[in-house]
Amino acid sequence: MSELTLTVMRLGFLAVLWLFVIVAVQVIRSDLFGTRVTQRGSRRGGSDRQPQRAQQTAPPQQRQQQGGGRRADRGRRGAPTKLVVSEGTLTGTTVALQGQTISLGRAHDSTIVLDDDYASSRHARIYPDRDGQWIVEDLGSTNGTYLDRTRLTTPTPIPLGAPIRIGKTVIELRK
Amino acid sequence: MSTMPSTPSTTTTTTISTVGPPSRRNTELALLAFAVILPCFAYANVGLALDGKMPSGMLGYGLGLGLLAGVGHLVVRKFAKYADPLLLPLATLLNGLGLVMIWRLDQSERLARLAKAQGFTFQASAPNQLLFSAMGIALFVAVVIFLKDHRILQRYTYISMVVALVLLVAPVFFPGKFGAKIWITVPGLGSIQPGEFAKIIIAIFFAGYLMVKRDALALASRRFMGLYLPRGRDLGPILVVWALSLMILVFETDLGSSLLFFGMFVVMLYVATERTSWIVFGLLMSAGGAAVVGSVEPHVKVRVMAWLHPFAVYDTPRPSWATTEQIAQALFAFGSGGVFGTGWGQGASDLIQFAANSDFIFASFGEELGLAGAMGLLLIYGLIVERGMRTALAARDPFGKLLATGLSAGFGIQVFVVAGGVMGLIPLTGMTMPFLAQGGSSVIANWALIAILIKISDTARRPAPAPAPSTDAEMTQVVRP
Repeated sequence: MSELTLTVMRLGFLAVLWLFVIVAVQVIRSDLFGTRVTQRGSRRGGSDRQPQRAQQTAPPQQRQQQGGGRRADRGRRGAPTKLVVSEGTLTGTTVALQGQTISLGRAHDSTIVLDDDYASSRHARIYPDRDGQWIVEDLGSTNGTYLDRTRLTTPTPIPLGAPIRIGKTVIELRK
Repeated sequence: MSTMPSTPSTTTTTTISTVGPPSRRNTELALLAFAVILPCFAYANVGLALDGKMPSGMLGYGLGLGLLAGVGHLVVRKFAKYADPLLLPLATLLNGLGLVMIWRLDQSERLARLAKAQGFTFQASAPNQLLFSAMGIALFVAVVIFLKDHRILQRYTYISMVVALVLLVAPVFFPGKFGAKIWITVPGLGSIQPGEFAKIIIAIFFAGYLMVKRDALALASRRFMGLYLPRGRDLGPILVVWALSLMILVFETDLGSSLLFFGMFVVMLYVATERTSWIVFGLLMSAGGAAVVGSVEPHVKVRVMAWLHPFAVYDTPRPSWATTEQIAQALFAFGSGGVFGTGWGQGASDLIQFAANSDFIFASFGEELGLAGAMGLLLIYGLIVERGMRTALAARDPFGKLLATGLSAGFGIQVFVVAGGVMGLIPLTGMTMPFLAQGGSSVIANWALIAILIKISDTARRPAPAPAPSTDAEMTQVVRP
């Protein structure tokens, strides 16, 4: 085997190895980028610049499917698209609202597993009613579920951005 | 729900968020193909450099690796659809490159002559390693299929503690090899390194334990000089783990495992409690412990001296503690590799003798692929750790978060300890480079580790199931006017 061929193969292998690394990083970059767009959108969820921003920087998020909603609901303004944990040990966790029931509690099979001494194992659930309005219902918890300052006694519709407090955890629905 | 209209094509664009992402299995398949072709290229390269022709086993080797990777991919596609797309290809690439390097060292006439001179027959390690890789993939497949949910592991918190302790202590009762007691030898069957499996099992214990106890550890503390000092009784667990890791160091003379377990515990403690003071305590305690043991225990002392004076073995007269040339030879290997390396099959890393394909395989890579190749390999390890941490961030339950953190931190610490030891950054330890090095226990255990990370990332990214028609919901519906 000639010296030249071996040199070409040697450098060629290193080039391909690095190409693999770069491709792998690219895969992650798109992953990270997608996530970052979502987070930025959620942080500014309450500000009045939000509609413009959503159009400029996060069109995919705005177009995100709302699988459970009906056609009439999809266009409705003010329909929440995600649930955000804003206080407590799980701060920053988001769950997309796609028409599914979200269970909260210390039980391991809950959608959001609360690690909180003041939470019951099946504490509360959040689900859409027939009109696509999201409802929070306390499941007979010991320490109660609070919407703003009031303790829930019946299933109650959730206004956008209203804090739902369970022990030390606060969650809210955002667009 | 059956009347739900399908979403028009204009609205199908989705962002990649923690929930509702595309499954990304095709990305994984493409990367996996790349990760199989790359070792095949290396294999051909070795053959051309050594014999001037394509190696004869090329087809079998390529098909073998491709088959293993394909089985892994299909199982992930079926049972962990939303898993991370990078973990499997990265692990496959490392395993494949390790196999090529082991096969390349098998071809060395120098090693064969050396074995004959010492009076035993030279055994090729590559076929065994391929068998171990297949067993590793089999365990990977079993974990992905049978571990339905990683939260099940939480039930076995204290059982895993006992199992891990037994695995860690067991090697004391078996004869040591090469100065470290880290093997369990079963006559006629071979030997396993239980520490590799204990690494995974103890991560399960730490995650389960810290999830329950972290509030006590984080909140009940006094503030002193900007640090949160934990109460005396909360110091208990860290003291126990510290004592345990020191005992491993003293009785098994295994610096690597000792560092690995203590480091993993401190990382998980920090992640669970968010208190910097644990890191400070951990560093102080490990530095103190290492200093004391390093100056007292003779075997560890030899290692430290060999680390401080790697070339003393060539001095005349030779100091009595300088018994091994390996560290110096590893440094020579890195040096002769330079920036771009000597090329596959053209280095002389077989001069490191029997350990060239196990503990010192990273030096062999450093020689044949050079700085550029070694950095590439370290980046691949870094990517695996990053994906593990990313999985921990995305996980929705505290146990999964802690477990993913612990496993990836343990993996990272192991790479650091081995690569650092070979490069002369820290004293040399008896651990193996995950996936690259020759050794059955290591490769099998690390495939299991990757499988658990894949399951956690699948659970984290899997969209919630469609709402089931619940009779309960009907009963409690709000009555509207």
